Amino acid sequence: MNSTQHSELLDNIIRGTSLWEDALYRLRQNKLAMIGMVYLIFMVIICLLTPWIAPYGYEEQNLRLGAVPPNAEHWLGTDTFGRDMLTRILYGGRLSLLVGFIATAVALVIGVTYGAIAGYAGGKTDNVMMRLVDIFYALPYMIFIILLMVVFGRNLLLLFLAIGAVEWLVMARIVRGQIQSLRQQEYVEAAMSLGLSPAAIIIKHLIPNALGPVIVYTTLTIPNVMLLEAFLSFLGLGIQPPQSSWGVLISYGVETMEEYPWLLIFPGLVLTLTLFALNFLGDGLRDALDPKASKD
Amino acid sequence: MWRFIGFRVLQAIPVILSVITVTFFLVRAAPGGPFDTEKAVSEQVRAVLEARYQLDLPLHEQYLSYLGDLFKGDMGPSFYYPGRSVNDLIFQGLPITAELGFYALVFALFIGSLAGVFAALKPNSAQDYVPMSIAMVGICMPSFLLGPLLVLVFGIWLDVMPISGWGNSPGDKVLPSITLGAMYAAYIARLSRSGMLEVMNQDYLRTARAKGLPEHVVVLKHALRGGLLPVISYLGPAFAALLSGSFVVETVFQIPGLGRFYIQAAFNRDYTMILGTTVFLSTLIVVFNLLSDIVAAWLNPRLRYQFRN
Repeated sequence: MNSTQHSELLDNIIRGTSLWEDALYRLRQNKLAMIGMVYLIFMVIICLLTPWIAPYGYEEQNLRLGAVPPNAEHWLGTDTFGRDMLTRILYGGRLSLLVGFIATAVALVIGVTYGAIAGYAGGKTDNVMMRLVDIFYALPYMIFIILLMVVFGRNLLLLFLAIGAVEWLVMARIVRGQIQSLRQQEYVEAAMSLGLSPAAIIIKHLIPNALGPVIVYTTLTIPNVMLLEAFLSFLGLGIQPPQSSWGVLISYGVETMEEYPWLLIFPGLVLTLTLFALNFLGDGLRDALDPKASKD
Repeated sequence: MWRFIGFRVLQAIPVILSVITVTFFLVRAAPGGPFDTEKAVSEQVRAVLEARYQLDLPLHEQYLSYLGDLFKGDMGPSFYYPGRSVNDLIFQGLPITAELGFYALVFALFIGSLAGVFAALKPNSAQDYVPMSIAMVGICMPSFLLGPLLVLVFGIWLDVMPISGWGNSPGDKVLPSITLGAMYAAYIARLSRSGMLEVMNQDYLRTARAKGLPEHVVVLKHALRGGLLPVISYLGPAFAALLSGSFVVETVFQIPGLGRFYIQAAFNRDYTMILGTTVFLSTLIVVFNLLSDIVAAWLNPRLRYQFRN
């Protein structure tokens, strides 16, 4: 060992590693999670850039061409109207990912706020609030989403809200548990005695310290939400044409799979790969940020 | 134990009641009445129809009368199919969905726990990685994709399986059951793997081995009971998910079960049917959650003791 290496080592020992550096290191060691992350970043970037990089227009039809299998001009083939599948999958991905992120964000906001208030308040308030979560949790949420979509019509905003509204429950439980244990710590007492308002304590001191499990669960919620959207769209209750998502494309693909199997296989493959990547990344983050939590 | 059961039953009642209430008012709040069809209906006809379905009463009276009827087991007439009651339609579809769900669950339990236990016996080897990777695919592949793919491969390309129907041709129950069960098989595999792994390191298993029991007795008689505990508590929620999964599977394979009725009712805006099916399915799900909690408590005394104080 030469002297520079030696001093670097010493440096590291003195500097120490923060929780986040430690987690990042563990995440980097997890190959599957890293592959998932790279895939997702790639997917998000090309979906964001779709209007500029898509090889054809979204509504560009070529009825004379009809449905052709993958070839040099149309890498993933075309559908029965002669529309380029690659283009349609990219545009569909924009909406699928958008629903995934926004509905998860809705769930995140409701869940963290609710959980933090329950955990901070404790006692009777906490008891009542968490009983309510238990009751909601026992409800058949899929039936309720279908009901909501039927009753209030099928619009995108409602879809975000309906999915977000059923996915916040677990988040609320996790955050409440975290806040409850953090609350007992001295630094919170110190903040209280300095006269900080409960809201400030929750936002400035408690939530940042409960972030690890929240990040993990958020990553695992996104694939659930995307699956739910695809499920609803497949049944014809989610995203409506002319807008399309991967679920819509799959449901078209099913209708014509006998003659044109590529119309089912490619959107299906992209959806499955994306869900795969999100799950691997979520598992990796859990192992990295919360090593105590078991694999299941 | 009785205290635990009593507590859980008491907890289930408000859940069911709130489902009924929320669903009732949601459906009533829906824009557009059930008789707003393409054909314009004259005022008199509408009045007669509304009187017949009690839609002319004030909302709270409608609610109370619905609750009363429901208590007697009557879910009212269907708005969409004249002359048929919601009860008829539900009990026509229920046996089919129940059969489908049963096969799917048996498939999932058998394949899932077999794969999970198998993987846990030799962790971090090929025997572990191969089934667990397949399980990951099973979790990520939605049933509305898996079903059509199975149809495409086995029904169309290989032409060895019927592609739709239920009980009309031999073997037409195989693909729907596998499609519905696949995801649960995958979850059960993961649950039973981690459950078994935890149990395999416990002292009582070391004792069992130390007293000279052969390995298969150790696994089958001692480890399984504890190791499959997570699977048991998963069964309640799995049942609920199976029901919603049956919506898709019944649509894909054109099976005239409850799930398909529900989706059709949703499209037809058959409000009494939606209301009735929602209440019925929710009650079923709550009851199954209750049963799985009770079985879990019976198998795991620690859960029951929480209610002693």
